[in-house]
Amino acid sequence: MPQARPSVTITAYPDGPLVVRGDVDLRTVDGEPIPHRDGPVALCRCGLSRIKPFCDSTHKRSSFRAD
Amino acid sequence: MTTPVLPAPPLLAGGRGPLSALTLQVIGAGRRGTGAHEELLRLAGARAADRGPVLEDDDVQLALFLLYGLYYGWLGALGDDLEWDLELLQVRQLFERLHEAELRELAGTVPAPEPTARSVAQALFDLTAADDGPSLARYVARRATTEQALELLALRSIYTLREADAHSWAIPRLTGRAKAALVEIQADEYGSGHPGSMHSVLFATTMRGVGLDDTYPAYLDHAPAVVLASHNTMSLLGLHHRLRGAVVGHLAAFEMTSSIPNRYYRDGFARLGYGEEVTRYFAEHVEADAVHEQIAAHDLAGALAEQDPSLVGDIMFGAASSLAMDALVGRHVLTAWEDGRSSLRRPLTAGPV
Ligand code: FES
Repeated sequence: MPQARPSVTITAYPDGPLVVRGDVDLRTVDGEPIPHRDGPVALCRCGLSRIKPFCDSTHKRSSFRAD
Repeated sequence: MTTPVLPAPPLLAGGRGPLSALTLQVIGAGRRGTGAHEELLRLAGARAADRGPVLEDDDVQLALFLLYGLYYGWLGALGDDLEWDLELLQVRQLFERLHEAELRELAGTVPAPEPTARSVAQALFDLTAADDGPSLARYVARRATTEQALELLALRSIYTLREADAHSWAIPRLTGRAKAALVEIQADEYGSGHPGSMHSVLFATTMRGVGLDDTYPAYLDHAPAVVLASHNTMSLLGLHHRLRGAVVGHLAAFEMTSSIPNRYYRDGFARLGYGEEVTRYFAEHVEADAVHEQIAAHDLAGALAEQDPSLVGDIMFGAASSLAMDALVGRHVLTAWEDGRSSLRRPLTAGPV
C-alpha cells in the first residue's frame, strides 16, 4: 500500500525559511488564529523578519546559516 | 454581433515607426488585403540585416510586443486569424534573433555552477544578491512624488496586469519536479483557486485605487521601449522550448528580486497616504515571493539542472537577463525622474487624449 500523503509538509530551505504547504492552522499563544495568505507560507527562522512569523526575505541580508 | 476593434487610438496611434505602424496595419486589417503584410516582412528583413541594437528601439519593441499579443489574447478576435500566420511568424523570428543576441551580450557570461540543485540555487542567490537592483524601489519608498508613483504603476501594468502569464508558457515544456515546482508557483500567482487573490487582480485593484485605468493595455502608448523589451524578453524565453532553461532562470531571478523591493513599494505608497486597498498587492508580494524564491531556486531551477545538466548555462543566462532588463528599466526611470522628467513617453497628467 502506498503511504498516505501527510496533509501538511514543512520544508527547511537552506539558509532560509521553513516553507509550510497544506492546510495549516497558525495560532498565537493565546489561541487566536494568525491570518495568512492562501497557498504555501514561509515561516521565518532567522528571527529578523519584519512580518513574523512569516519570512520577508530579510535573512538574505544577514549571516543566517542553516541546512 | 460586435465588430472587433483595436484598442482605441491614440492607444495604438500609428505605431512608433514603420515596423510597428505596419504591424498595426496588418493586425487591424485582419488577414491580408492591404499589402502591408509583404511590406512588413520586407522591412523587417532589412532591419534584421542592419543588426543595430533593438532593446531600446521603440519601433521594433512595439512591433514585437504586438506580435506576441497575438498569443496572449488581448488583441481579441482581431488576432485570431493571424495567430499562426506564417509571414508574421517570420517577422517575429527576425526580431527575436536581434533581441536574443543583444540580450545575451547584455547579460554577459555568468559562470555555470555544478549541475546540482544546491549549487544552482546558491549560484542564483549569489547572482541576485550581487545585483544593485532595488535603487528604484528605494527611491519610491523615500522620495517619489505621487505622480512618479503612479507612473511606476502605469509602467508595471504592461506586465503585472498579466502577471505570471509569460512564464506559464514554460509549463508544458518542463517535466517532473521542475514542472511541479513551476505549477506550484504559478498556481499561487493565479490565486490558489481564489480568482480574487490572483496577483493580476490585486494589481488591478491597486491601479483603480489610485485612479488609474486597469484595462489592458491602457498604458501601452505610455510605455517606453525598455518596458516593452522587458516583457518581450519573457515572451521570447517562455515561447521557445530551446530556451526553457532560460525562462526558468528568469523566473527564479524575478522572484528573488521581488520580495524586498515590494516592501519598499509598499512603504512608498503608504508614505504617500494610500491605504491598504492600494498597498495590499505589495504586501502580498513580500510574503508570496519569500516563498516563491525558495521554490524557484531549489525545486524549479535546481531540479531542472539535475534533470538536464546541459541547461545550467541557460538557467544562469535567463537569471542574468532578468537582472539586466530590470536594470535597464530602473535606469531609464530614475534618470528621467532625476532630470525632473516623466519616465513615460507622455506624462499621465496629459490626461486622456
Ligand atoms: S527566514 Fe526569511 S526573514 Fe527570517
